[in-house]
Amino acid sequence: MPLSVQETEVKNPPVSRPPLDPHLKALENEAIHIFREVAAEFEKPVMLYSVGKDSSVLLHLARKAFHPGRVPFPLLHVDTTWKFKEMIEFRDEIAQKYDLDLVVHTNPRGKAENITPFTHASAFYTDIMKTEALRQALDAGGYDAAFGGARRDEEASRAKERIYSFRTPDHRWDPRNQRPELWNIYNGMIRQGESVRAFPLSNWTEVDIWRYIQAEDIPLVPLYYAAERPYVERDGMMILAEDPRLELKPGEEVQRGMIRFRTLGCFPLTGAIRSTASNLDEVIAELEIATVSERQGRAIDRDQSGSMEKKKREGYF
Amino acid sequence: MTVSAQSAPTPAASATILPFAEPLKGSRDTKPLRLITCGSVDDGKSTLIGRLLWDTKAVKEDQAVTLARDSGGQNDLGLPDFALLLDGLQAEREQGITIDVAYRYFATDRRAFIVADTPGHEQYTRNMATGASTADLAILLADARTGLLEQTRRHATIAALMGIRQFVLAVNKFDLVHYDRAIFDGISQDFRELAMSLGVRQITAIPMSALKGENVVYRADAAMPWYQGPTLVEALELATVRSTQAGGFRLPVQRVVRPGESFRGYQGTVSGGSVKPGDSVVILPSGTVANVKQIVTFDLVRNAAVAGDAITLVLDRQVDVARGDMIVSIDAQPMTGKDFEAQLVSLQPSGIEPGKRYWLKSGSRRQRVSVEPISQLELATGTWLPHASTLQMNAIGKVRLSFEEQAIFDPYDQNRSTGAFILIDPDTLNTVAGGMVTAKRSDLGSIEVRHEGQRVILSLPADLAEQIMASELFANRRDEAEIRHMTAAQAAELFSDAASDI
Repeated sequence: MPLSVQETEVKNPPVSRPPLDPHLKALENEAIHIFREVAAEFEKPVMLYSVGKDSSVLLHLARKAFHPGRVPFPLLHVDTTWKFKEMIEFRDEIAQKYDLDLVVHTNPRGKAENITPFTHASAFYTDIMKTEALRQALDAGGYDAAFGGARRDEEASRAKERIYSFRTPDHRWDPRNQRPELWNIYNGMIRQGESVRAFPLSNWTEVDIWRYIQAEDIPLVPLYYAAERPYVERDGMMILAEDPRLELKPGEEVQRGMIRFRTLGCFPLTGAIRSTASNLDEVIAELEIATVSERQGRAIDRDQSGSMEKKKREGYF
Repeated sequence: MTVSAQSAPTPAASATILPFAEPLKGSRDTKPLRLITCGSVDDGKSTLIGRLLWDTKAVKEDQAVTLARDSGGQNDLGLPDFALLLDGLQAEREQGITIDVAYRYFATDRRAFIVADTPGHEQYTRNMATGASTADLAILLADARTGLLEQTRRHATIAALMGIRQFVLAVNKFDLVHYDRAIFDGISQDFRELAMSLGVRQITAIPMSALKGENVVYRADAAMPWYQGPTLVEALELATVRSTQAGGFRLPVQRVVRPGESFRGYQGTVSGGSVKPGDSVVILPSGTVANVKQIVTFDLVRNAAVAGDAITLVLDRQVDVARGDMIVSIDAQPMTGKDFEAQLVSLQPSGIEPGKRYWLKSGSRRQRVSVEPISQLELATGTWLPHASTLQMNAIGKVRLSFEEQAIFDPYDQNRSTGAFILIDPDTLNTVAGGMVTAKRSDLGSIEVRHEGQRVILSLPADLAEQIMASELFANRRDEAEIRHMTAAQAAELFSDAASDI
């Protein structure tokens, strides 16, 4: 929808937020630069949108980068059908509110072969419903660049990944053969079939993400904030117990308590933490004294050391 | 106060967050400091970075547990093996080597830090150049028992070449020389001379033991009461981030945004100087002149933008501007031309071949270039030796760049953004070199000029020069002229240098 400047100014009146501090401003500038560079150099970019807090920041930065124009690429959500219900509601609301093109893909094998996080090992389930699904969706769309919200501080193999992360036609990442990346000059030249994953949030840390959400007033899925919720304890994790597909095992019982999530994935594989942080300020205060990393709640990272690298090599984001 | 790996609670159902009695980290009034660590495993580099991450609490308990499980033990101080924390890839853990540039993040109450961590042995030139390209400061490690090695000189030379102007010398394993002050004084004096010879004047030397955590994050007054200087973290907190705000305005145009017929904006990141509505600008390479009408950002229409800002610029008239063009201030323009001199680092096994046509990318501009090597830096001695054949991987060379169309650069020592470029091999599409422009080839002193024709160098008062430059005659032949602003003293020096050449 074409907008003139005048209309834009009426729609988005100058907000009275204080300016970003120099630290966040530098990170924001870098991310916007990456967004614009990829959008200019690639024919068909797409943005991976997982509905989580990092994706929310990524989307906000994309809107800033292309203002007063529209975000010039679609958002892709790989829906395993096992996401939290609130995530799906939030996703659809945001897409409508910001006039975004949203592409949702689910691997048909999930339904055909009845692959679920309860019946299959988490590694296999993730491989089919996330990694394979992502490859299917990228191939179907013919995308030559895909933005992701990964950060280098998340996990050891990510620390070595480039901002433009090159992929072979079958989506493989070769960590030993990455293109050198100097200054902020990115090499976007690829052959037919090859693609690039671009990570504008590479240099952000978890604290930066939260402080930016606070400074920019970015809406989030409410699951990030503590509330009294039903849960069961299973395999050392607190799993949200509100989806009827969750069947209790012998000895398990639904409990209620003040819990929240530090990361959001598939609900059966994502552990909650006990917390009373029910708003942004409290979440940040809690985070700044945290002694465990955010991925601690993710079952898929704990399978084995190097499990993230293995998944990435196979095409996982 | 550190939590040892064994006493850390195992992740369990009750993943309650345990508060440390530490002050909160609030808003930061500085940009993150980017730095690079140079040294080898033998110097204790992994231990130093691990110590920095550990003592600033960048390592979380579950990571420490994984670490303890993987290492199957810990060292005699009850700490996990830091190298395992840093070596993220399976191949590295299996082979016990570090293979690429990794980025680490830690923060204090005052500042955040981004560390480019590069291996000390294998292909260190290539990896160091990559890590150093974005760094404002280099930490060079030396083992207190051995002092400076040839390797230290190599690392310092590469860091200085890539534009780093702040060095910290970490004299590590100082406990092993019984905290002998004379040893520290000797090594730091040697280093000072080395750094000064490379043009680096901001130098801090710190005696430390990374293994014991002395003078890294915490002071070691008991062991070294004579040392009054900063700890490593204090030195990093005080370091400066280079800014290119002082020079002329530079906006490499990344893309043109046209949401409607009435709006046309030029999007890019300001790579030098500053801009405000009303400023006169030139679009390069076309030379078209316009004025700035508006600086648009998502939040509000701004009244100024400075180097580093990602902006959308609106001009006061319809002009032809495309991606790859550069919008610059009218009174402090970059160099434009088809022939430049540069230094570059060869990054791939194929090397840089004389006469081969490469793609060159600088800012948002990508164009064809052919490269002729002139000389190669011998890192052991710091001298340039004539070299006209292929520059092998890891070689640092001086080259001539010949473009088919107009190119736009600032000298790298004046602007690390508009003076930098990468070369892309048209056959493999891989990045094969990182380069830094030193000068335009028609500049004073180059041999070609004398073949091409006579030149006259004038030293004029700035106001008179401006009047001459404003004339139509001058504007029409702008490409052929070189303009440098300088003080009267600098001009006098330049003329005396020129006289001595004759």
